[in-house]
Amino acid sequence: MAAPCASLGAVVSCRLFLGSRVILARSKGPWGASAAGLQAGAAPQLSRLIRTTVVTTKKNVPASRHEPYTEDFIKKQVEEFNIGKRHLANMMGEDPETFTQEDVDRAITYLFPSGLFEKRARPVMKHPEQIFPRQRAMQWGEDGRPFHFLFYTGKQAYYSLMHDIYGKILQAESRESQLPPKNLLPANTEVIDLIGSRWLIKEELEEMLVEKLSDQDYVQFIRLLEKLLRSACGPGEQELVRRFRRSVAARSQQQQIPPVQHDAQGAPFSIGQGRRKTAQAEAVVTAQGSGRIQVNGEDYLHYFPVLQDREQLMFPFHFLDRLGKHDVTCTVSGGGRSAQAGALRLAMARALCSFISKDEVEWMRQAGWTRSGLRRMRMCPPAWSRIQSSGIGTALSTAQPLPGMQHQLCLL
Amino acid sequence: MLKGATRFISRNYKLNPRCFFHMGTQAPQSIDVQPDNQVPVERPRTISRTNETDPAQHGEQHEGQHYSVPLQDLKTVFPHGLPPRFVMQVKTFGEACLMVRKPALELLHYLKNTNFAYPAVRYVLYGERGTGKTLSLCHAIHFCAKHGWLILHIPDAHLWVKNCRELLQSTYNKQRFDQPLEASTWLKNFKITNEHFLSQIKVQEKYIWNKRESTEKGSPLGEVVEQGITRVKNATDAVGIVLKELKRQSSSGLFHLLVAVDGVNALWGRTTLKREDKSPIAPEELALIYNLRKMMWNDWHGGAIVLTLSQTGSLFKRSKAYLPHELLGKEGFDALDPFVPILVSNYNLKEFESCIHYYLENSWLQHEKAPTEEGKKELLFLSNANPAQLERLCAYL
Repeated sequence: MAAPCASLGAVVSCRLFLGSRVILARSKGPWGASAAGLQAGAAPQLSRLIRTTVVTTKKNVPASRHEPYTEDFIKKQVEEFNIGKRHLANMMGEDPETFTQEDVDRAITYLFPSGLFEKRARPVMKHPEQIFPRQRAMQWGEDGRPFHFLFYTGKQAYYSLMHDIYGKILQAESRESQLPPKNLLPANTEVIDLIGSRWLIKEELEEMLVEKLSDQDYVQFIRLLEKLLRSACGPGEQELVRRFRRSVAARSQQQQIPPVQHDAQGAPFSIGQGRRKTAQAEAVVTAQGSGRIQVNGEDYLHYFPVLQDREQLMFPFHFLDRLGKHDVTCTVSGGGRSAQAGALRLAMARALCSFISKDEVEWMRQAGWTRSGLRRMRMCPPAWSRIQSSGIGTALSTAQPLPGMQHQLCLL
Repeated sequence: MLKGATRFISRNYKLNPRCFFHMGTQAPQSIDVQPDNQVPVERPRTISRTNETDPAQHGEQHEGQHYSVPLQDLKTVFPHGLPPRFVMQVKTFGEACLMVRKPALELLHYLKNTNFAYPAVRYVLYGERGTGKTLSLCHAIHFCAKHGWLILHIPDAHLWVKNCRELLQSTYNKQRFDQPLEASTWLKNFKITNEHFLSQIKVQEKYIWNKRESTEKGSPLGEVVEQGITRVKNATDAVGIVLKELKRQSSSGLFHLLVAVDGVNALWGRTTLKREDKSPIAPEELALIYNLRKMMWNDWHGGAIVLTLSQTGSLFKRSKAYLPHELLGKEGFDALDPFVPILVSNYNLKEFESCIHYYLENSWLQHEKAPTEEGKKELLFLSNANPAQLERLCAYL
């Protein structure tokens, strides 16, 4: 056993030949236990991605790598997690039976308050499946013979999936040719399937198959699935396709429309709030009016002498074709003139949503009037690394690098 | 920029300029509608214009309509009085059209009914920035010029209290300062406006300019003006003499005097001029301002005083200030008290429509949405019916 594996000693592949690595290194219980467990089982059920670091070329130096997470280990972690969850529920005085993951998150943020800016660095308590990365199970047996017939393609899960889908397509086509030419296309279900859902993205597919794919692989996969959809497919195929679609939640349901209030005379009005950069604005829009706008007690022509700011105020009304039909009284503070104008625009658009029909609310949302366009800083490579080799550039590149990374303001 | 060719087009194709320039469908209807709206005497060209060029005949029925000032009149009556943007518009369109508005009509009504036996009444046009005070003043000046009044028009008093290149110590009074350049420019324009009066009015005193030159008693006022123009050093004193003589002789009945000052709050504000030792100069230490202030007193009769408050060129005043008390200060307010205040405000809807029509007629608005209702609403919103803002906005469409 050791001989064929030793010949593969110094190869840097991180997945395929790891089994050999396990044998070479100080093999402990995990190997024996996992081998026994897997030989009893069938072809890969639990895929686990095994991580390695770059291996040195010297054979005598033991490679530093992570131990693979075995099934027992994961099972133990799951048990510990469940017990820990119950303890936590007890600590917080809640019912352990109905303690959900959101409650766990809330409890952890309460017990371990963290001021770290990076959210992923804060203390977290989640199910081990979300913490430990998925690993691929052993792909060959004791004799070194791989279990799966497509092992030597290199991406066995991907190709077997493609093979299955193509088999289904052939089946569907043969069924279609056999059946009399009646219109049995389940077009309705197909249409329903497609609306409100999207294909898996490449990263999600990689995660599902626990294999690295290239862009072309992904594109081919989607094409094949679409071909399957086009051919007459029965419920079995529909099920297969649905596995690879994710629903896109209708964002319109998430929007909150401010309620219509009535003032002393009974005239309806509504209040909207908006923010842009550091400016905060509140706008009170009346249902009936003549197009007067007062900002902080002043006429908007005086408050915003610049045309651009007044255009920003005009846009929500102009979009809904309601120029001159509403009176607005606003208060705004903070920020500069442009930020105040943007905040007011958002506040007015949100307030207007109370007076318009649902369709118009949806159009507003799609046009982006009710969303705050949050701009975030994004890290960019430092300027000196991008200097080309020109006359001036070379002189700069030999100089001291500029301290620190440069942040670039990017609109996400 | 549209050149003079537009004028020919709009005059020749009066009835159908719209199809020429892709206008909206409302316009032809307006031609059908106008005969009912208008006074039966005339047949105005379009809904936003009137043929009546004499301001004396303007009444409420002309409210919101543009009347054109003949270009010859423009040269004589307004050599220096019109706002610069309006001058550019005149040059572009080839015609000078003023809108007849309520404040101007009110002012004209008062001027028509002036009792020349009583002391001169002071009318103060005030309002927010860009509402049309200067052009209302120009309307009144045109009226008075048409009726043979003598026009004493100071186009912008703010120009006399700031950015003065040469300040000389006054020869007449050592405490005061002369501004030769401003004074001579003003005298030149005054001469153009009131050419025919200068030979009729005779001075009632002898004025000695220097050892060699003097003006005898009984010589025409034109000589004083000439002296001021040729001898720039004496220009300020010439201005002072002109003002004194006119004030004295206005009650004689030979002529009616209209004193029109734009930006009168400059007379009682602060200056940015400094002496050699960097100490600031007060307005009353400038001879021009001192003499003009004397003109503002209502101790003479036989004419009227029309004034405009202006924040735009003013010094050390808040940009949102427009009320008389804010701009004149206590001193100015007391000096002008009592006066007739006339508020000039933004366009109302009719005037706004008329202005847009006028621009559309002159093919100034080239955007395809400009003549539509939505386009007009947009313009109304963005300018808030402020005439100056609307004009600036339309310049880019």
